[in-house]
Amino acid sequence: MENRAIFSNRLLAYLLVLPQLAVSLVFFYWPAVQALWQSFLLQDAFGLSTEFVWFENYVALLKTPEYYHAIGVTFVFSGLVVFFSLAIGLLLAVMANHNIKGVQIYRTFLIIPYAVAPAVASVLFIFMFQPGLGMIARALQRYGIDWNPVLNGTHAMILVVIVAVWNQISYNFLFFLAGLQSIPKSVIEAAAIDGARPVRRFWTIVFPLLSPTTFFLVIVNITYVFFNTLGIIDTATGGGPNGATQTLVYKVFQDGKVGADLGGSAAQSVILMIIVVVLTAFQFRYVEKKVHY
Amino acid sequence: MANVALRQVKKAYPNGFEAIKGVDVEIGDGRFCVLVGPSGCGKSTLLRMVAGLETVTSGEIDIGGRVVNQVEPADRDIAMVFQNYALYPHMSVYNNMAYGLRNRGMPKPEIDTRVQEAARILELSAMLERKPGQLSGGQRQRVAMGRAIVRQPKVFLFDEPLSNLDAKLRIAMRVEIRKLQRRLNTTSIYVTHDQLEAMTLADILVVMNAGQVEQVGNPLDIYQKPATTFVASFIGAPPMNLIGLRESGISLAAADAGILGVRPEDLELANGAAPAGGLTFELKVEAIEKVGAETYVYGLRSQQDGQPAISERPGELPPGEILVRIPGQRGPGIGETIRAVAPREKLHLFSADGRKRIGL
Amino acid sequence: MVEHRRFGNLLPHLVLLAGVIIVAFPVYLAVIASTHDNSVIANGQMPLYPGSHALETYWNTIVSGTGKTTRQPVGGMMIASLVMAVGIALGKIAISIISAYAIVFFAFPLRMTAFWTIFITLMLPVEVRIYPTYKITSDMHLLDSYSGLILPLIASATATLLFRQFFMTVPKELVEASKMDGAGPIRFFFDTLLPLSVTNIAALFVILFIYGWNQYLWPLLITTRDDMQTIVIGIKKIIDVHDALTEWSVAMATAVLAMLPPVAVVVLMQRLFVKGLIETEK
Repeated sequence: MENRAIFSNRLLAYLLVLPQLAVSLVFFYWPAVQALWQSFLLQDAFGLSTEFVWFENYVALLKTPEYYHAIGVTFVFSGLVVFFSLAIGLLLAVMANHNIKGVQIYRTFLIIPYAVAPAVASVLFIFMFQPGLGMIARALQRYGIDWNPVLNGTHAMILVVIVAVWNQISYNFLFFLAGLQSIPKSVIEAAAIDGARPVRRFWTIVFPLLSPTTFFLVIVNITYVFFNTLGIIDTATGGGPNGATQTLVYKVFQDGKVGADLGGSAAQSVILMIIVVVLTAFQFRYVEKKVHY
Repeated sequence: MANVALRQVKKAYPNGFEAIKGVDVEIGDGRFCVLVGPSGCGKSTLLRMVAGLETVTSGEIDIGGRVVNQVEPADRDIAMVFQNYALYPHMSVYNNMAYGLRNRGMPKPEIDTRVQEAARILELSAMLERKPGQLSGGQRQRVAMGRAIVRQPKVFLFDEPLSNLDAKLRIAMRVEIRKLQRRLNTTSIYVTHDQLEAMTLADILVVMNAGQVEQVGNPLDIYQKPATTFVASFIGAPPMNLIGLRESGISLAAADAGILGVRPEDLELANGAAPAGGLTFELKVEAIEKVGAETYVYGLRSQQDGQPAISERPGELPPGEILVRIPGQRGPGIGETIRAVAPREKLHLFSADGRKRIGL
Repeated sequence: MVEHRRFGNLLPHLVLLAGVIIVAFPVYLAVIASTHDNSVIANGQMPLYPGSHALETYWNTIVSGTGKTTRQPVGGMMIASLVMAVGIALGKIAISIISAYAIVFFAFPLRMTAFWTIFITLMLPVEVRIYPTYKITSDMHLLDSYSGLILPLIASATATLLFRQFFMTVPKELVEASKMDGAGPIRFFFDTLLPLSVTNIAALFVILFIYGWNQYLWPLLITTRDDMQTIVIGIKKIIDVHDALTEWSVAMATAVLAMLPPVAVVVLMQRLFVKGLIETEK
C-alpha cells in the first residue's frame, strides 16, 4: 500500500470514501454495537424497563437445551454439507481436468446451481420430495420407505442437506478445477514415471498439493452453511419438525420474530458474530500462504 | 542397462501436423545419446515418446529388446530428469527420491540404502530433510538427478536439464552429468538446444530439424563432415560460412552448382595466392570482435557493391559476408582490404538444396 | 492423465454426465411441471415430457394472479427483483470503486482506518445483525421501499477489496504520466482508470447481480406489501399454503422464472463469471 498514494486532495478522498463508510457505519456497525449492548441487558416482561446484567444472558443461553440442540443441528448440517459438496465437487473437477472433448459444455451445466437462489433450489427439491406427488418421494414409497420430512426430523435434515449440497457444487467445482490446473503437468508426469498409478498419484501428489484450495473451500462452505442456508430452511422445513433443522442462525431469526427475549436474541447474534470473525480470520490468514511454489 | 532403438518412428497430430517424420536411431547399451536441434525441431517430443508421455503414431520404440509402444511409462523402467525438475514440492528431498521406490514396493531398508548412496554421490546428504522450495536451482537439479539415479533404470532421459541454470553452473554440471553417467554406465538420451553441450556430452549425436534427423554419428565426425548445410551451420560456433559455388569463383570437378562451405577457423589471412585448388576471398573488413583468445573478423566480399549487408535469417551471416576466425588479438582494422584463404581439404561441398554432402 | 486408456475417456464422460444429470434434473423437472395442468401434478401423474399447458400456466403466473391464493402476479415480482438486483449490483460497484480509488491513490489521514473499517464489514453478514438492522431501517422509514431493500446491502467489502487489489497493479508511471498531461484525480479516474477496470466491473456485476437477485432474508423482513415482493420471496408464499392445495404448476412456473435471469446471466457470461468468482476470493 505504500508508494502508490499520489494525489493529495484530502477533501476529495474523504468524499470518495464517505458513501461506503456511511452505509457501513449506519447499517453495519451501529446495529452490531446495538446487538452487543442489548446482549448485556435484560428487559422486563412488558418491555418497559431494562437492566444491565453483564453476561447473564449468555449464561442463560448456554443453559438452554434448545440452544445446544441448535448447536448440534448446525454441526451436523455443516459436517454433512461440507463433506458431500466438497467430495462431489472434487470428483467432478478431477474428471473435468482430463482434457476431454466438450469440457466447456459440462462446465456450463455444472455452474447452474450457483445461480439458483437457495430458497428457489429448496422449492425445486421440495417438489421432488413432496410426499404423495413428488417423483422421488413416490419412488421412496415404492421401496417401503415412509418418507415424510414434515414429521420425521431425520428426513427433514436429509432434505436440507441435499438442497445445500446441490447449491454448493458449482462453487467447489470451479475452485477445485482452478486448483488442479495450477499443478504443473510435469510433476504429474514425473510421478507417473516414478511408478505411481492414477489413484496413487491422486492421493500422494494431487490431493496434498490441492490442500490450500481444500482448506479455503472448507471455510467458505462452513460459512455458507452457517449463514446462507436460512432461505432453504425457511422454505423447506421451517426449522422443524421440533427444531430438527433449526440452525443457530435460524434460531435467531425465529426467536426474533416472536420478539420475546431481546437480550437473549442479541446474545445469540453476538456469538454468531464471534464465529464469523474466527472463520474470516482463518480464511485470510491461510489464504496468504496459498501456494507451494 | 539396455540399448534403445527407434525404428521409423513417426508422430502426427489429429490436425495433420507431422511433428516427427520418421526417425531411425540405434543407441547401444551404456551410450550417451544427445538429441540436438533448434526449438520446435521435435527433440523433446521424441524424448517424451521414449518416456511414454506421448503416443507413437507409427514405428517402434524398443528398449532392451522389448517394443514398448503400448507400455505405460511406469513400466518401461526408465527415469527422467525434467527441464524444470518437477520435484514434488510438498515432500522432503529424501521422500522425493524415495517415492519411486516406494511405489514399487521396495522394502524400507533397501530404499534407505539407495537414497543415502545417491545423496552421497550428489552431495545432498545434508539436505535430505529440506523441501524443494528451500533449495537453490543447482541443488534442485541434483535432487532431480538423485530421483532418477535411485531407480537404477534401464535408460536415463534428460529433457534440457541445464537450461535453467546460469552459465557457470551449467558448465560445471555438464561435466558432473557426464562423469556420473560413465560411472553408472546407464544408457542415456539427452535433449538440448545448445550445440556446445551436445558436442561435449555425446557419444552419439543426433542432429534434428523440423521433425527429421539430419545426421547421426560421433560428434567430431559430424563436425568434420556435416551431411547437410543445416548441420554444417548448426554444429560448430561461430557457424560455417556458406556461399553459392558459382559466386565463390572456384571451379570444381565434382559439380558446377551447389553450396560451398568453409569454417571460420579454417580460413587464414594471407598475402599470397591461395594453395592450389583452394579458396580465396578478397574481403573488406566490416567489423572486428576481439574476445581475448581469438579475434573474429567480419568481411564483405569485394565483388559486392558497397551496400551494407543484412542477414536473411537471424543467426546467419548476411549474404556476401564472410567470418574469419584468427587466433590471438592482432587483426586488421575496419575498412581494410584483406585476403582470406583456405586449402581445398578444408572445404565442404553440398548440393544446391543443401540436403546432401558431395565429396570433393 | 498420462496413461493410454483402453476404454478411452469413458470414465470422465460418465461421471461428468452423471453430474450434469444431478444438476439439471431438478431444473428440468420444474420446467416440465410448469407446462402441465395442476391436477395432473397433484395426482402424482406427471410425466417426464412437457405438457400442453405452458402458455396458460405462464400467463396465469405472470400476468394475472390465480384466485387460489392472495398473491401478486409474478410479473410484478420479477420487476421488483430486477430493480433490487440491478440496484444492489450497481450500488455496490459504484460505492466500492470510489472507496478503493481513494484508499489506493490518495494520501490522507485515517486512510488505513477507513480501509479496516470497510474490511471488517466482511465479518458482519446480514444474518448476524438481523433485528438491529431492521429496527434502524424501520426508524428511517425505509420499510417497504426500494431504498430499504438496497441500501443496507450496499456496502461490500469484497468489491472494495477486489478493486483495491486491481488498482494496486496499475503502474505508478501511468498516474504520473497522466498528471504530467495535466489530468487531475477526477479526469484520471474517468479517462484512464475506469476503462482499465471494465473487465473487473463486468465480472463483479455478474456476481453481484446474482447475489442481489437471490436475496432472501433481508427482503423477507423489510417488505410486507404485496407489490414489493421479490420473486424469491414470492415463491415461498406460494408453497406456504399448508391448508389449501399448493398450485404446483404455478409454483414451478414461478421457480423457473425466478431462476431464469441469474442462470441466463451466468451461462452467457460464463468467462466473466468464473473470473469474478475466483478474483473476489483471493
